[in-house]
Amino acid sequence: MPKLPAPPVPAALKEAPPRPDEPRTETGAIETAKQAGTTVIDWIDERTSLSGTGRWLMFRKVPKGTNWAYTLGSATLFAFLSQAVTGVFLAMYYRPSATGGAYESVRQITTGVFLGQFVQGMHLWGASVMIVLVFLHMGRTFLYGAYKYPRELTWVIGVVLLILTMVMALTGYLLPFDQRAYWATVVATNITGTGPIVGPYLADFLRGGPEFTTTTLSRFYAIHMLVVPGAMIALIGAHLYLVSKLGTTAPPWRRAHRESPFDTVEA
Amino acid sequence: MNQRQKEEYLREYSILKSEGKPFFPYAVAKDAAMACIVMAIIITLSILFGAELGPKVNPTSTTYVPRPDWYFFFLFELLRITKPPSLTGLATVGIPTLGMILLFLLPFFDRSPERRPERRPVAMFTLVFVVGAMAFLTYDGATIGTPTALEIKTPKAVIAQGAAAVAKFEAGRLGVAQSGCEACHDIAGNGNPGPGPELTHIGARVPEEAIARTLDNPIAPMPSFRHLPNAKFEAIIYFLSQLK
Repeated sequence: MPKLPAPPVPAALKEAPPRPDEPRTETGAIETAKQAGTTVIDWIDERTSLSGTGRWLMFRKVPKGTNWAYTLGSATLFAFLSQAVTGVFLAMYYRPSATGGAYESVRQITTGVFLGQFVQGMHLWGASVMIVLVFLHMGRTFLYGAYKYPRELTWVIGVVLLILTMVMALTGYLLPFDQRAYWATVVATNITGTGPIVGPYLADFLRGGPEFTTTTLSRFYAIHMLVVPGAMIALIGAHLYLVSKLGTTAPPWRRAHRESPFDTVEA
Repeated sequence: MNQRQKEEYLREYSILKSEGKPFFPYAVAKDAAMACIVMAIIITLSILFGAELGPKVNPTSTTYVPRPDWYFFFLFELLRITKPPSLTGLATVGIPTLGMILLFLLPFFDRSPERRPERRPVAMFTLVFVVGAMAFLTYDGATIGTPTALEIKTPKAVIAQGAAAVAKFEAGRLGVAQSGCEACHDIAGNGNPGPGPELTHIGARVPEEAIARTLDNPIAPMPSFRHLPNAKFEAIIYFLSQLK
């Protein structure tokens, strides 16, 4: 059976090699069962060749000096995942109907559904936490000059993700359909309408017409549930690919100590 | 950055990277610890504050004062402190759009190879200024009583009458702001210019009793305010009668 090459794990995590006094491994049924995991991964890898990608992703080196500020990006991703999971559970009970149902279904979630208020609270506060993390992550990137060559595209995608996060916050605000949600959205769409050139068209598109109608809620629901999350998942994928490909920056005051291996190659 | 600087950076970075540790398990462990902290914060916030649901939507109400969520307070406050109508467009669309464009293009106009914060004074000054301005606007937006609060100084004539008169004037000012008068009336630059008449000098034009009669039994479409608590109603009348 072909064996995968060992990943470069630290010594503490490595399996100790067999001692001379231990009995040799047998090729019995128990041994086959023990190898089941490796066999399955081998089977998948033979068809997809994903193990190389996995190793490239997991065992790439992060530069010396990487500190806790570098966890802000993955923390933002985690907040996004939390929003996705709680959002799916809320969607199971929510009815996006302005004429009757939206407000009542949210009331039902907070009063009738098991742990409903807790999950809705997590979704509501998760939005705030995510926005704080997005800004901290951006602040870290700016402070360390990490947006400079060769990571300009990662920055641009990050800015799009910031805007999409704000769009999520804005469209999600309407969904409970209480007084605050309604009037804040009326103001927000009216402000959108004052924008130059595309403003009035964008406002009409958001509202589903020149006035706030029953269609508006369905539109915001579709944007909040499908359009923006889909775009965000795709862009997060691109963002993460670039991060893995280019590597995370070292803190700007960190300098390499030993000479480059390329120096000796020079003729 | 020219080609030499680019290659210098890549060379330096490749050394730093080769000196580093593998992503798994070192960085993954830190990220996992951070994820647990984020989860704990979200759960704590949810348990402590929950999710409140306001009164049901009523598109016909004219007195409801909309407020955004806290992370839009800086935009909301920017709009609130921009008084001249000609500049409103700048506050609602102009400045946010400009900020977004600058943010987008940041790596294209800041092309110096320098990354150390202490050697990037312009960038650091901008960072402090933007963060400070956003923090100030957010704080201001959060602490303001109501977004339509009237900005009118207490007249000297009222101050001369003593502390009780000043308190009544201020109670009236708050009452007027809470009652949504600015939706239809202009009061010294606050509120909308119509459809109601301007109230900036209403005390000089109309006697106090007439103000009380109008508030009690107004001409449509103005709503009646006779349902207000007595003290508040009288404070509003006093406030309006002092606008001279």
